[in-house]
Amino acid sequence: MTASTTKTAPSQSAAREMTGAEIVVQALVDQGVDTIFGYPGGAVLPIYDALFQDSERNGDRLRHILVRHEQGATHAAEGYARSTGKPGVVLVTSGPGATNAITGIVDALMDSIPMVVFTGQVPTHLIGTDAFQEADTVGITRACTKHNYLVKDAADLPRVIHEAFHIATSGRPGPVLIDIPKDIQFARSVYQGPDEVTFSHGYAPKTKGNPDRIAEAVALIAKARKPVFYTGGGVINAGPGASESLRAFAAMTGAPVTSTLMGLGAFPAADPAWLGMLGMHGTFEANNAMHDCDVMICVGARFDDRVTGRLDAFSPGSKKIHIDIDASSINKNVRVDVGIIGDAGSVLDDLIAAWKAGGHTANRNALDDWWRQIDAWRARQCLSYRASETVIKPQQAIERLYALTKDRDTYITTEVGQHQMWAAQHYRFQEPNRWMTSGGLGTMGYGMPAAIGAQLAHPGSLVIDIAGEASIQMCIQELSTAIQYELPIKIFILNNEWMGMVRQWQQLLHGERYSHSYSESLPDFVKLAEAYGAVGIRCSDPAELDAKILEMIDSPRPVVFDCRVEKNENCLPMIPSGKAHNEMILPDGGEDMGSVIDDAGRRLV
Amino acid sequence: MTDPQPASAYDLSHAGEVENLATFALLVDNESGVLHRVVGLFAARGYNIESLTVAETDRNAHTSRITIVTRGAPHVLEQIEAQLKKVVSVRRVHDVTRDPRGIERELALVKVRGAGTDRVEALRVADIFRAKVVDTTSESFVFEITGAPAKIDSFVDLMRPLGLVELTRTGVLSIERGPEGM
Repeated sequence: MTASTTKTAPSQSAAREMTGAEIVVQALVDQGVDTIFGYPGGAVLPIYDALFQDSERNGDRLRHILVRHEQGATHAAEGYARSTGKPGVVLVTSGPGATNAITGIVDALMDSIPMVVFTGQVPTHLIGTDAFQEADTVGITRACTKHNYLVKDAADLPRVIHEAFHIATSGRPGPVLIDIPKDIQFARSVYQGPDEVTFSHGYAPKTKGNPDRIAEAVALIAKARKPVFYTGGGVINAGPGASESLRAFAAMTGAPVTSTLMGLGAFPAADPAWLGMLGMHGTFEANNAMHDCDVMICVGARFDDRVTGRLDAFSPGSKKIHIDIDASSINKNVRVDVGIIGDAGSVLDDLIAAWKAGGHTANRNALDDWWRQIDAWRARQCLSYRASETVIKPQQAIERLYALTKDRDTYITTEVGQHQMWAAQHYRFQEPNRWMTSGGLGTMGYGMPAAIGAQLAHPGSLVIDIAGEASIQMCIQELSTAIQYELPIKIFILNNEWMGMVRQWQQLLHGERYSHSYSESLPDFVKLAEAYGAVGIRCSDPAELDAKILEMIDSPRPVVFDCRVEKNENCLPMIPSGKAHNEMILPDGGEDMGSVIDDAGRRLV
Repeated sequence: MTDPQPASAYDLSHAGEVENLATFALLVDNESGVLHRVVGLFAARGYNIESLTVAETDRNAHTSRITIVTRGAPHVLEQIEAQLKKVVSVRRVHDVTRDPRGIERELALVKVRGAGTDRVEALRVADIFRAKVVDTTSESFVFEITGAPAKIDSFVDLMRPLGLVELTRTGVLSIERGPEGM
């Protein structure tokens, strides 16, 4: 002891010199990462070795979840991120590892999910030689990421990783990819912590809204006679505080609230001011309120084509206020009167402060007329359906699932298609971060891995993937992951044997020519569940539905629930392609489904 | 039913809107792939590139300057600027066209082949435009001309009937008048 103190103490930097692979592990720990979703391969073996050694020394501070396909890793990271607000972390190998991850990376880009993806790369001296498992990962992912890096010097690695986390989680969140050649993983360099690195770029997103624009917005809202809040995923991304502020500001103004698919949960479905989701499969009242409003307050949504319907007939008489952290979202699809660039939570707080400072109150007389109109729209009961004693209606399955799970601590994920829209319509979300779905990209196969990510982040909670029998097969292999980590996720399949949304569009748009939308051969989902080691439940009798749903949610193990539903049910209401918000098909409309969409609409997606 | 409006939910072409040329000057991090990020953005979103120049301008700061001339309706140009500003490697975006202090210059090399009066006329026009002769043979000239793009267009138009053989242009460079840098 004495002897060692008399020697020159090793310098700080010498003590912190480590291999590139160890730098990755240390940087992850310093970034507060506790879970990584990944799949090993030749070009990331040094990082996997560093993870092994770290867990021997430091226990389970960095949990690695071994998926069965790299797409599963990215969706699981999305589910983890969306249910926690923290970035999802993915580790995959070069070549096919990277290309398999791309779907989930684009999904995260479209839905603004913070994600950091580490890909292995062939050693620097082999780059460009068509080496084994070489792919131009940064080239391929340039358009798929918010930013990406190829690290050619281990000395850059600490800065690049800390920068990547900063970029992924700030501003409009998104995926950032770091491609690390194998020789850089072996090379030794000095580690620097998050506070020691100097960022090398000019990236500095603006979060505070312009006070002049905020004053203009308040003046518009105060004079509004028919206001509506149109909110989106930006409110969720701005953190739980933003949802609180939205609720407070909506209450002050007395305005109704609708939300995009991505924004469900920011405003409680139980609140009387809630109109339900808007857009193509939104409610009659939400879409009509959007069409007829005089002031629209868009918070953290982006006027997507699924929301606006026919653009030239979109909310023709309204003044529009758009709050978005991404300046390029403002005036992209729809011209607005007041554009406020900033974080949804921060701008909502400033709006509340300006509203109070101006002594404004809700215009009760005008609002009473507006609410009477909304109640008339509500009276159309646009989400109604005809129940049956012999066959389970898909809407009924979601309603019962909601009724039997609403008092539990529940997280819902979905795949993509009719079941997704029915879930959005009939499952009533009261809190943010409880709903995970692939909105922008519309990725079939998203739901089960996302459920795995959410379950890992919330081990004691009930996590349900509402699925279709077609979508679930796109990432079915991840059931094996759920078994390995004892994750009691519930896969609730609305099985109608059809790619239901494709079938619905073929009925509406293509003369009922059902080209390749029927699954002639489906697996026995109960046996499939059992083969993986999960519990399988089948239900086709409406009378047994409740008991079997309870059996599913009370099971401590992963469950695959094969819910046989009406095969030809259409997802309604619907704004047909090329139509406006006030031209919806309603379940009681009695229209000839084949004739409601004209030639121009047929050409749209 | 007469319906003059476009029926498409995706109809963002805004037919009938006047398209303008615009020049954007970009200060970018000089790192591998940065040009691809910028050009890829234009390709992915369907924007036009009329001309593009790029070179490192500050070795110590590792920055390059990219000058892009594009064409679009006003709202498209606004969107291009906003999209460019989102690219992490792009430090500054300046709309030179909308800046009254913006100066734009381009260099062109113009090869003209001819004899007799055409040859004399070509030299005379070159003199008026202050173009330099950088190569001469008994039957051809190569002229070097710098100026705003419109000046080069006029020069080329005048040379065409006089025996224009080949034209190369650098694309537009820009800088602001006055003492301040970008």
